[in-house]
Amino acid sequence: MPHTDILTERKNFIGQGGGKTVCCDRDSVSGAVSQRACVYCGARVVLNPITDAYHIIHGPIGCSSYTWDIRGSLSSDDELYRNSFSTDLSEQDIVFGGAEKLTRAIDEVVAKHHPRLIFVYATCIVGVIGDDVEAVCRQAEQKYPLRCIPVKSPGFSGNKSYGYRMACEALMALIRPAPRPAGRLGVNLLGDFNLAGEIWIIRHYLEIIGIPIISTFTGDANYDTLMQSPQARLNLVQCAGSMTYLAGQMEEEFGIPFIKISFFGREDTSASLIRIAQALGDSGLIARARAFTQEQEARLLPFEQAWREGLAHKKAAIYVGGGFKAISLIRQFNAMGMETVIVGTQTGKAEDYELISQLVGPDTVILDDANPAELERFLKEKGADLLVGGVKERPLAYKLGLAFCDHNHERRHALAGYEGVRNFTREINLSLNSPVWSYMGGSI
Amino acid sequence: MLDATPKTQFKREALRINSCKTCQPVGALYAALGVHRCMPYSHGSQGCVAYHRTVLTRHYKDPMMAVSSSFTEGASVFGGKSNLTTGVKNVFDIYQPDIIAVHTTCLSEVIGDDLKAFIQDLDIPEGKYVVHSNTPSFKGSHINGYAAMMGGFINYLSQTTGQTNGKLAVFPAWSEPSDLRLLKSYLEQMGIAYTLFPDQSGVVDAPMTDHFEYFPKGGTTIEEIQGLGDCTHVLGLGEWTVPEPCAVLEKKCGTKSILLPYPIGIQNTDRLLMTLTDLTGKPVPYAIEEERGQLIDLILDQHIWTSQKSCAIFGDPDFILGVTSLVLEMGMLPKYVLTGTPGHAFPKMCQALFEAYGVEDQCQAFEFDDLFDLHQFIKNDPVDVLIGTNYGKQIARAESIPFVRAGWPVLDRYGHYLWPNIGYRGAMRFVERISGAIMDHVDAVCPDEDFDVVM
Repeated sequence: MPHTDILTERKNFIGQGGGKTVCCDRDSVSGAVSQRACVYCGARVVLNPITDAYHIIHGPIGCSSYTWDIRGSLSSDDELYRNSFSTDLSEQDIVFGGAEKLTRAIDEVVAKHHPRLIFVYATCIVGVIGDDVEAVCRQAEQKYPLRCIPVKSPGFSGNKSYGYRMACEALMALIRPAPRPAGRLGVNLLGDFNLAGEIWIIRHYLEIIGIPIISTFTGDANYDTLMQSPQARLNLVQCAGSMTYLAGQMEEEFGIPFIKISFFGREDTSASLIRIAQALGDSGLIARARAFTQEQEARLLPFEQAWREGLAHKKAAIYVGGGFKAISLIRQFNAMGMETVIVGTQTGKAEDYELISQLVGPDTVILDDANPAELERFLKEKGADLLVGGVKERPLAYKLGLAFCDHNHERRHALAGYEGVRNFTREINLSLNSPVWSYMGGSI
Repeated sequence: MLDATPKTQFKREALRINSCKTCQPVGALYAALGVHRCMPYSHGSQGCVAYHRTVLTRHYKDPMMAVSSSFTEGASVFGGKSNLTTGVKNVFDIYQPDIIAVHTTCLSEVIGDDLKAFIQDLDIPEGKYVVHSNTPSFKGSHINGYAAMMGGFINYLSQTTGQTNGKLAVFPAWSEPSDLRLLKSYLEQMGIAYTLFPDQSGVVDAPMTDHFEYFPKGGTTIEEIQGLGDCTHVLGLGEWTVPEPCAVLEKKCGTKSILLPYPIGIQNTDRLLMTLTDLTGKPVPYAIEEERGQLIDLILDQHIWTSQKSCAIFGDPDFILGVTSLVLEMGMLPKYVLTGTPGHAFPKMCQALFEAYGVEDQCQAFEFDDLFDLHQFIKNDPVDVLIGTNYGKQIARAESIPFVRAGWPVLDRYGHYLWPNIGYRGAMRFVERISGAIMDHVDAVCPDEDFDVVM
């Protein structure tokens, strides 16, 4: 058996509750089984949900094939984004340069499909072999009536968070220069990717309150809605890890203020809806938001009470992408009477970890960019009953005999809003109380 | 959902749409998982190994262990030697594998990292090993990566003592763990001493136990790989994939190799068993012959449902050559057989099969192609059944074609990795699933008056 010792280089990335932050936002350690991906991955997951864009991956085939239709973000219209486009660079292209092939690939797309929007992702070797992707994109825009946006995302140029930032840069390149902001009543929802149709739930809530969503970044977005985004009065940032940078840029360039919100859990959903109304400063909206949230909470109460018994005192572990989601989950578990014993994120920021450590007890373990060895050790040590994570964590949880809920691309049901509370509660209850656990550990 | 696929075909040279392959490193990683207590090591950016682990986890629904050099900007300018040195030390310190199998990526290849020299300079703990293979992502496909990593292990480890160990070496093309289990059961039923390399069974399909293991029980051992040079012969299963590792072993240790098609279908399985008998003098036991009889019985029972039905088959070369052979044996018409992996040998091998059944005018084979093309072919001239990886589901839905999932990857179903594709048992499963898919489709779309409880 391997030792589940902690690598010395990793020790500062692990802490406990009590108000202190942990070391984070650094490169992963060589030789660790990191759960984290690369710059390109970060950029791709942010931009891919734009439904009518051609996402051309400029690089060898792997980068595009691993990301083909994996996001789980739903569309109400175009399904183009669920195809996989690549320049499939070969040895010859590496030797002689791939820019010419990229130009031809764009020509081929234009010849047949008349696109309005193309994103060209530069992968690891593109920069190394010296392809000028920006120039190719610029030429395409001169040659055809379309927008062709380079996404600078070589895998080695940072970590996944840096990829988020590169995606935000690409989005700004698309919507800048904006027509003069009209101050239209309405908001943009940033950092919601419409997994399992979650944007549709939030859109519905806001409509009832009287707040139209003008544009979404980037779930269920398309060229037209994105181009209208500078007109909004307020930006709502849900996945703060990926979209705070864009919100900052939009504030600076278009004068749109932003607030961070979260629609995970009853508490955060209600608080967010009221804060949105308050930020728009309309007393009618505020009153309607209060009435709506009160009504929804009242309807949720019997449900929560009915399920509480099966869940209270269970121990939960969280390992998710961003810090803000982890924070919502901790609050959600608190509301269920569950204890959060481990909190980890792939890309949390210092301020996230500070807030996390205030929300949890002093014995809770806090981890940045954890590897399976660390997760295994702490899951066992803390006696967790449930892990909430993503694709790579699911089988690990099962092998350790833990219940699991995917809070990432593979979520089965919408987890946002009041509906999300119901789905999430049912799903973790289903996993925690499956009869299969009674066969664990026994022999024939 | 694939409304983006127009019927009219157009010339495409630079743009790959909906690929039918992925890159070499994931193949190298999968081959390395078939070695006992081996940690696969990706020498490149962080994302590569995260993607490979994700796709393997989505297929096998198990945790997949592999590590990365985690290249940064600095490594891509100054070379990845220090990343490798630190990485290897960390892996031996924390995970304690017996061996680390390093494969390169597009990035480490382009910057020219000399893995052989780097590894020579490593301080490797006593009794431990580090091997490598070159697997540039911009050449070949995951299948080439798998073969290259096999060659890497052989190059570093296999030896000849001049004395035979009396064992038969078996090199399978990329296989599901279920197929490796079936292969071993044939060899054991025949009483043949063997080394199966690589062997992912017991690693990627490990049972649920009380605890999580980094290195589950399965995998070819280092001693077995070292002993490959003393084996009587190498039996290569997969004429497209394994000639390379067979040649590496023959060159290094002089071990003679015999190449056979990947044993999917009646004739391919027959050839495997007859070859085993020829090489070892051991007869095929009745239990296996009985399975063959059951398979023929099944094909006959359902033949009115599948005979003359056309199909499209896509995936990895050796696997789909086997499936093509089987559907021809069933009297079906493999109208399109398509792989994304480049190599002119593939269409030639398919052509030989088509000719053997006199269907060369009605069937076509494609290499280095993609699923957008396949979808367009089908739109213009439809097929009755589609057989391939999960990426066929969009086409099957758009065109309303019965769909049989087979090959790698299948990310949208559970348990497939537990049931064989090869041998007579695997063929029975194919026949059951192909006829079942056709009949399910009939049940779903036929008018009420044709809907029958007996079929």
